[in-house]
Amino acid sequence: MADCVCVVSEFRAGNFRRVSFEVASEGRRVADALGLPLYGIAVGSGVSDKAEELGFYGVDKVFVADDAALEHYVAETYVPVMAEIIQGLNPAAILLPASVDGKDLSARLAARLQAGLAQDCTEVVCENGVLKAKRPIFAGKCLAWCEWSQGALPMISCRPNVMDCKAADASRKAAVEKVDAAVPEARSRALSVDLDTSGKVELTEAEIIVSGGRGMKGPENFTILEELARELGAAVGASRAAVDAGWRPHSDQVGQTGKVVNPNLYIAVGISGAIQHLAGMGSSKFIVAVNKDPEAPIFSKADFGVVEDLFNFVPVFTEEVRVLKSTC
Amino acid sequence: MNIVVLLKQTPDTESVIRIAGDKRSIVTDDLKWIINPYDEFAVEAALRLKEKYGGTVTIVSLGPQRVVESIRTALAMGADKGVLIDDEVFEGSDSLGVAKALAAVVREINPDIVLCGSRAVDYDLGQRGPMVAEILNWPHLGLAVSLESDGAKVTIERPIEGGKVTLEVDLPALVTMGGSHAVWNPRYASLPGIMKAKKKPLDVKKLADLGLDASEVSGDAARIRITSLEPPPERAAGRIIDGGLDTAGKAKELVRALHEEAKVI
Repeated sequence: MADCVCVVSEFRAGNFRRVSFEVASEGRRVADALGLPLYGIAVGSGVSDKAEELGFYGVDKVFVADDAALEHYVAETYVPVMAEIIQGLNPAAILLPASVDGKDLSARLAARLQAGLAQDCTEVVCENGVLKAKRPIFAGKCLAWCEWSQGALPMISCRPNVMDCKAADASRKAAVEKVDAAVPEARSRALSVDLDTSGKVELTEAEIIVSGGRGMKGPENFTILEELARELGAAVGASRAAVDAGWRPHSDQVGQTGKVVNPNLYIAVGISGAIQHLAGMGSSKFIVAVNKDPEAPIFSKADFGVVEDLFNFVPVFTEEVRVLKSTC
Repeated sequence: MNIVVLLKQTPDTESVIRIAGDKRSIVTDDLKWIINPYDEFAVEAALRLKEKYGGTVTIVSLGPQRVVESIRTALAMGADKGVLIDDEVFEGSDSLGVAKALAAVVREINPDIVLCGSRAVDYDLGQRGPMVAEILNWPHLGLAVSLESDGAKVTIERPIEGGKVTLEVDLPALVTMGGSHAVWNPRYASLPGIMKAKKKPLDVKKLADLGLDASEVSGDAARIRITSLEPPPERAAGRIIDGGLDTAGKAKELVRALHEEAKVI
């Protein structure tokens, strides 16, 4: 019999990333369904001081490996440290963030633990003690339910921005146990970390995304989308056509060969809606399309469509958003 | 530099995906197969390393006979030889089973560097590279959008949420590739390349050639499996904001609808 459910948190630049709290919340639901305590694993530099915060989201006890050598994620140091902690806990399941680092970590940790990994899940259910996880495949063109074999350790990485996050209960602090983990010598190392401090919203975590495609006609025209994004507190994305044309960096690309996004609102501007793009943004909760071609396939996915020349429409729309924001 | 590229064949990204009658697999009859785009970036990165340092590029893949076509494409781009693991025992294997098989071939080749895609555009498991590295007990760096090497170590840039990290690793190591076509601009196979590729060695291996036991890697050994597939939820037919409104009227109406009906702004 297993003794707990484990959740792995992600700590960067002095704080837990929000996805850690989403994973903790989901872990709490799984632990309750299985009637087990929920243990957290927190690895990083300076993480001890924050570890009890995981309790706000349902974690009972946090095992902390705090070492200056763990300031930046590299698999070679994180995986052995986490594996050692986990092996002492005998978990029924491990939940992790499907963030950039989390997906990389999950894969290597799964191999180390000989576990079964369901990567980038959007739903976890537990029926009669049996776990099932749902994950999009083909960038969301299809959804797959996964189950584990008898005796296999389930690992579930959770897609950011999808699973419900509990409201923080600051009165519920987690117990914290420091672990004296030996950080192995590594052949890989982080030379530098450049975090954008301009407040730019990351696509995979954005509540609202404004995306531009071939219809933008050139890189300079994205300023009108950036203005709209600023009013909405949105991130700016792009279709593959716009990225391949060199108008936007590849980190902005939404689609099957780019990022798969799940915002509350996705505004597709001058994007015709190639099947690869529709795959990457199709799970957005609400979709708006602006395109002058009424036959554009994007309209078949959009909740609201506007058939207009984007260069006429977007500035006027931005102004209307500004008016709304100033009155509420 | 002795380089291995782990290559997966995937359906073309333009494919319409249909669920098969067993509700657990997809219909493959009419699919067009391509090199997984991220693995194609790995082929390109490998060829650039070879141009700088010499050596050989070996393509290693696992899958049915049709995968030969994708390996030949990589050979036509300039890779030197191919290895295909083709054995029915891998039907239903999980990522770990596949990684064990790939690692067995890599171990035999004993390269300086292994490159592969950070993810595949089909099942998007994102596990192959890190798992192979773990089995080999090698370091790995993930999601490279640039790759520089002095022959003894490799430096990459890795985008993370809200920024980027520059990472370095001493060889031998495994690197998984991120980025886009615009970043890597993988070369096309030239006609002479295609002719030459036909004569390049392509080894087909069975389970017995890998020194592995079926109980470690087969479908029966899988720790995790897909039990059912479902289509994504249909979106209800949308509404075109028109009603004879002019541009300003449509903008006003869209803002109202997003605020009052959809409640998303």
